[in-house]
Amino acid sequence: MGHGITSVLLVALGGALGGIGRFAISNAMAHALGKAFPWGTLCVNASGALLAGWLLGVYGVANTQSLWLFAVAGLLGGYTTVSSFSLQTLELWQSGQANRAALNMVATLLLGIAMAALGWWLAQG
Amino acid sequence: MSINAYLAVGLGSAMGSALRYSVSLASMAMLGSHFPWGTLLVNVLGSCLIGWLAATASRAPHGKLARQQPLLVAGFCGGFTTFSLFSLETLHLAQQGSLGLALLYGIGSLPLCVFAAWMGERLAFLNQPAA
Repeated sequence: MGHGITSVLLVALGGALGGIGRFAISNAMAHALGKAFPWGTLCVNASGALLAGWLLGVYGVANTQSLWLFAVAGLLGGYTTVSSFSLQTLELWQSGQANRAALNMVATLLLGIAMAALGWWLAQG
Repeated sequence: MSINAYLAVGLGSAMGSALRYSVSLASMAMLGSHFPWGTLLVNVLGSCLIGWLAATASRAPHGKLARQQPLLVAGFCGGFTTFSLFSLETLHLAQQGSLGLALLYGIGSLPLCVFAAWMGERLAFLNQPAA
């Protein structure tokens, strides 16, 4: 059971750092580019997917290793977000910007998968 | 942004991430690891919760809930949901040859989450009828 608690703590520690990083980058992007389009969330999710793909390529699927728990389940899991994406897409839709809502959805999906694949490919060296 | 907001986000994200990890372990134990049910569940639930929180906070901009936004929204919901694992799992399903499942999971997840956020917003309006 001690091992189980250590795992949860590693995930929580990574999640705290990742969440703070996401908050900082989202705020900085909103400040630099305005709030008309959720650039911050898109940027965070794309970069997080790239790093996660790279780690998958380097370490393989290793769900119990401490590094994987801290870095992927914790840090990158907390750094990236779907909830903000959902809310921001809904808000674009409801403010009459259906095009931007659709663009955000397609860009997030394609960029996320492409970045994860690119990260994985880079790790193959 | 104050240092307190960053600390609140960190605390909320730590709790959300730990809960997400627990949900994913429980879902793997119950439903197996062939399909990423755990990630789908946290992303849908977290999106529903953020929709509910945003709608509830917007009705009482100076209420307790609105003041706890960094902890609850950017922190807890942000840490509870995850996009990087969603991307990895889609890639992994495709690499394992489950192309149909990868497409279904990849294309279905995000619209489902936006729909869940909308549902959360509706739920908030149900609880507090418009004045």
